[in-house]
Amino acid sequence: MSIKGKAYVVGAWEHPLRDIPHLSTAQVHAECAKGALEDAGLSFDDVDAYFCAGDAPGFGALSMADYMGLKLKHTDSTETGGSSYIVHAGHAAEAIAAGKCKVALITLAGRPLGSRSGLGDAATRGERFRMAPQGGQGGGINEVPEAGFENIWGGTTHNTYGMCAMRHMHDYGTTSEQLAWIKVAASHHAQWNEHAMLRDVVTVEEVVNSPMIADPLHRLDCCVITDGGGAVILAAPEVAKSLKRPLVKVIGHGEAPKGPRGGKNLDLTYSGAVWSGPPAWAEARITPADIKYASIYDSFTITVLMQLEDLGFCKKGEGGKFVADGNLISGVGKLPFNTDGGGLCNNHPTNRGGITKIIEAVRQARGEAHPKVQVPNCDLVIAHGTGGSLGTRHGAGTLIMERE
Amino acid sequence: MSDVDERPTTRRIPAPGQNLESKPFWDAAKEGRFLIKRCTACGEPHWYPRTLCPFCHSSETKWEESPGEGVIYTFSVMRRNTPVPYAIGYVTLDEGVSLLTNFIDCDFDQLKIGQRVKLKWSQTGEGNPPVFTFTPA
Repeated sequence: MSIKGKAYVVGAWEHPLRDIPHLSTAQVHAECAKGALEDAGLSFDDVDAYFCAGDAPGFGALSMADYMGLKLKHTDSTETGGSSYIVHAGHAAEAIAAGKCKVALITLAGRPLGSRSGLGDAATRGERFRMAPQGGQGGGINEVPEAGFENIWGGTTHNTYGMCAMRHMHDYGTTSEQLAWIKVAASHHAQWNEHAMLRDVVTVEEVVNSPMIADPLHRLDCCVITDGGGAVILAAPEVAKSLKRPLVKVIGHGEAPKGPRGGKNLDLTYSGAVWSGPPAWAEARITPADIKYASIYDSFTITVLMQLEDLGFCKKGEGGKFVADGNLISGVGKLPFNTDGGGLCNNHPTNRGGITKIIEAVRQARGEAHPKVQVPNCDLVIAHGTGGSLGTRHGAGTLIMERE
Repeated sequence: MSDVDERPTTRRIPAPGQNLESKPFWDAAKEGRFLIKRCTACGEPHWYPRTLCPFCHSSETKWEESPGEGVIYTFSVMRRNTPVPYAIGYVTLDEGVSLLTNFIDCDFDQLKIGQRVKLKWSQTGEGNPPVFTFTPA
């Protein structure tokens, strides 16, 4: 298989101005997007994939995707300097060839001369402009379109996830005790992990009686902060089969960003998993009922509960009942999760837990998890994560794997 | 030396960052006017304000003054790792759009989802625009 002939360049548009003192950087990105879409005879609603590099203001592709009101199945913010957009075109062709998306938008925009207005890239970006973009702050913080309206309110991971938990409790009657069961399950697993930061088994009472950090989340509803890291290697089937390791293959994947979407019908009780899950299940041709082990991103207990609902492990609003009474404990419940202790007890390297979710899922699929938590005949596993904030903008990723 | 506790009792909100697209909003804020954006093509209001309508993608959006009244969609009170507790949350304006804000001049323990709230500007320092905080109506 190759990308040859699998994707066409259907739209291309260059911004006519060379000095843009009157627009924000986000506006210039959007004007370029609009120009290329009009050239193609397509609209923003046709776009299902977005590619940008470090010149795009905000957090990866999340800020610009939300600014433009895009509904996406695929994003990529690979940063290779000025060559990024050529790399993106190749990645877009790969994604289209694989059936991951149909219409991919790539944008570049910036205003280094805009400093004359006092509100340009260089005014806030300074020396960094001459260096390779750092990714995440294209044009300086003031050019992140939502920044001035949102960054002033003291939003942290704790209180923005707290807002989700508060609304989930309001809409569905979810309780702190139900959320606590998620931490209890993680602690049951962490006791067997010699590397885990927290190895003591805790009770529901200990979780709900731990200090309130950001209502309604207690200290033990929160993940740990740790150093650390991890790495994962994917290889072609012929390479995999030449090695002396169990064969664990990728069978499904989905991804999606979610943001406040223009503030209309705001609903913080669901995550991007409602969009990243279905294509992954469809590609794998399995359902949640087939999964033997689940790695579910656990920045907070509420993160797990919402993602389990959104992936279809239970009905929306019934997550509290689903996680209670040890249902996530290996050997006890129906859905063993995060058997390494997860982010809640084991680790959360540099505040990013996605890779450790894959790693423990691979251990389970290989049959190499700790014997006390190893799931028997663990042939179908899922790793799912949320990055950014559930309460503002986040990206969801779903990966389903099978042991041959 | 005074034995009066001079620690702040409310969170000090920083001045908002501005760019060319958001400047009209903050200029109006300095005059005490709270603006939202509405698309003249599809008629929908949106938040935060953009030139491009995030719903129909028309560039025909215009500023409109809002009384700044609505209900609490959700909130969370930050109680740790902060000099003073503060309440962050979303307000759904009567126009139908939800925005992130802080709740001020209220008993945080009495805040409720669905509670009616109104705009109350908070100052961010000499020369800076005020920001759109909310308080119980």
